[in-house]
Amino acid sequence: MNHSHRFYGHGIPHVNAAELGGQLIVVEGADGSGRSTQIAELVNWLETSGHATVQVGLKRSTLVSEELERAQEGNVLSRTTLALFYATDFADQLENIILPALKSGFIVLADRYIYTLMARDMVRGMDEAWLKNLYGIAPEPDAVFYLSVEPQELVQRNLSKTATLDYWESGMDLGLSRNVFDSFLKYQAAMGEAFRQLEKSYHFDIIDANRSVGAVTKELRKKIGELLQEA
Amino acid sequence: MKTFADSQFPGRLIAVEGLDGSGKSTQIYLLKRWLEAEGIKVYFSEWNSSELVKSATSKGKKRELLTPTTFSLIHATDFADRYERHLVPLLRAGYIVLCDRYIFTAFARDVTRGCPPDWVRGNYSFACAPDLTMFFKADLDVSLNRILEGRPKLKFFEAGMDLRLSNDPYESFKIFQGRILDQYLAMTKEFNFVIIDANEVVEKQQVIARKLVSDRIDLKRFKRRSPLPLPPALRKARHEREEHDDPEKEEDKTA
Repeated sequence: MNHSHRFYGHGIPHVNAAELGGQLIVVEGADGSGRSTQIAELVNWLETSGHATVQVGLKRSTLVSEELERAQEGNVLSRTTLALFYATDFADQLENIILPALKSGFIVLADRYIYTLMARDMVRGMDEAWLKNLYGIAPEPDAVFYLSVEPQELVQRNLSKTATLDYWESGMDLGLSRNVFDSFLKYQAAMGEAFRQLEKSYHFDIIDANRSVGAVTKELRKKIGELLQEA
Repeated sequence: MKTFADSQFPGRLIAVEGLDGSGKSTQIYLLKRWLEAEGIKVYFSEWNSSELVKSATSKGKKRELLTPTTFSLIHATDFADRYERHLVPLLRAGYIVLCDRYIFTAFARDVTRGCPPDWVRGNYSFACAPDLTMFFKADLDVSLNRILEGRPKLKFFEAGMDLRLSNDPYESFKIFQGRILDQYLAMTKEFNFVIIDANEVVEKQQVIARKLVSDRIDLKRFKRRSPLPLPPALRKARHEREEHDDPEKEEDKTA
């Protein structure tokens, strides 16, 4: 697999993107879109086929994940601080996991990437150009699959799983509605809008994830299979 | 870059910058004492002091987990927290805010560590420029001697050991500080630093700094309307005194 990678912007000091091998595959989508299920399926399939994989996701860094969790519980961070805190979390995983794995020729599966972070910040009024500069440290993935699910369907799936709607996934910090149900729908619609805005600059492969798990898995396998053959 | 005055903030922000050992912290402390004594609404903020971010920063530093990129981002997070929660509300409320180090510290350090200048500046572009930035310029040897005199134990990142400039922390610190000084000097014009000769004695520098502040900022606009309220215990004591003592004696006591 000797195709070359590139960074979206300035990149990381002293790292030459052209020297990165492997594959970086991103799965994006709201909670309840089936991301985790699909990634587990993909890891299973890829490893069985003889590919080494590594997984990353949001708020999983050694450096700041605990602090970020604690700060969010109190909901005291303002938007720029929250944006930069998440960027720190991303950068820590990028340098300690993603880049070394790509150098070693692994397939990196990212359970969400900079796009969710950017969309969340945009919905909170952060400037898109500022975010693009900030996340210019990110390497461009080999594929980004956006699992698209209607907000009404997301509600059903989240409620059937946990019988509750998550505070942050409902955008309750934005004061869109005091009612978590209404807020969830409004927030998810706004996130969809932000993704459509980001799509103008970044390439997403939009997957209809209103369908069954099996149907989505089949489509993802087919697309990733083609990608691996090209490489 | 717009200053707080340009952006119609009622308050004003004064920043001091310089190398470790340049004496800038002493000078800004003395400015604070002076402004307080003048009855000015003043607030002091220090680099790298947000409570929320502190545990992550110290963990990163202790375990040497930080890269140039995460070092830069975690300090930007710390700054953003202080900026949005303290500086902006205080400046909206007409305070004079004194900052021991501001975004230029990040510009100098992060670029020395290899971060692209445009990236760092872009990340901090949410912040207004200070209304006055004093750069305390001491000869490199003077700053180094002040810090290294007692042969203190230098911390890993403080000494720039992550840059692999030398295996000896003292040697590394010297090279690192020299490079930071170069970065500062290259920014002087762009960001309108007022250079203060930090080789001078403390008192002389403070006279210059106070004059600079009075010339640039119309201080009487920043006076508290009423004296600071006393804590409840003292308020009660004073109230009782005022009832029993004659007023002239009272004046003696407070003088």
